[in-house]
Amino acid sequence: MSVKLTARHVGDVTVIDAAGRITLGEGASAFRDMLRDLAAKGDKKILLNLGEVSYIDSSGIGEMVSGFTTLTNHGGQLKLMGLSKRIKDLLQITKLYTVFEVFDDEADGIRSFA
Amino acid sequence: MNISQATLDSTLQSVDDAEAMVMSAAKDFGFEEDEQHEIGMAVRECMVNAVVHGNRYSKNKKVHLDIDSSRDSLVIVIGDEGAGFDLNSLPDPLAAENILRQSGRGLLLIRAFMDDFDLHPRPGGGTEVRLVKKLPKK
Repeated sequence: MSVKLTARHVGDVTVIDAAGRITLGEGASAFRDMLRDLAAKGDKKILLNLGEVSYIDSSGIGEMVSGFTTLTNHGGQLKLMGLSKRIKDLLQITKLYTVFEVFDDEADGIRSFA
Repeated sequence: MNISQATLDSTLQSVDDAEAMVMSAAKDFGFEEDEQHEIGMAVRECMVNAVVHGNRYSKNKKVHLDIDSSRDSLVIVIGDEGAGFDLNSLPDPLAAENILRQSGRGLLLIRAFMDDFDLHPRPGGGTEVRLVKKLPKK
């Protein structure tokens, strides 16, 4: 299964619920397109819910970093929530824990944008 | 002992196929689920390098996969038919100036997940990567 992405709004925060695999090809492309579309529409507060993501490779990580940079350059923020142990390990290995704000709980993540 | 080998097209489908083949071999060899995942991920990253950066998706070039075992290790060799590259020319993905680069983390993950990693020119042209994962001592 490739990635399935669904955007919903909680106040002025856009939550993207991701499920499946974010890997080179269709999965990473869909992810990149959604982040770019949201940035173009002016959505500046994005909380990416990775709770149902079973697998992410270095290309998927690259798209997350690219999305972070794009949003930051537009005055926005991209934060993460619901990380599995495997994805947390990837962020540790790549030192991206120092870049992304990460939350276990959606309410905490949403409050952090206030 | 040779477990299996395959000659694969330079496509993303081959990346998925190689990952599935190696994960199945890793399971049969006795690795736990987390270790199977790590091995599969390292193979995926190597296959992407071979297909995308080595063979550049060429229909005329193949990726060569060998899965072997020794007493306590699974050994995976992945070779491409590309122009080859210098490992030392790659930027450090953990350096502060590179941390926000979109790409360049594949080899970092391979090294993190495997016990041994070796990259050398492939006889006849291209690059060959050798990955080793040892069974944990019980």
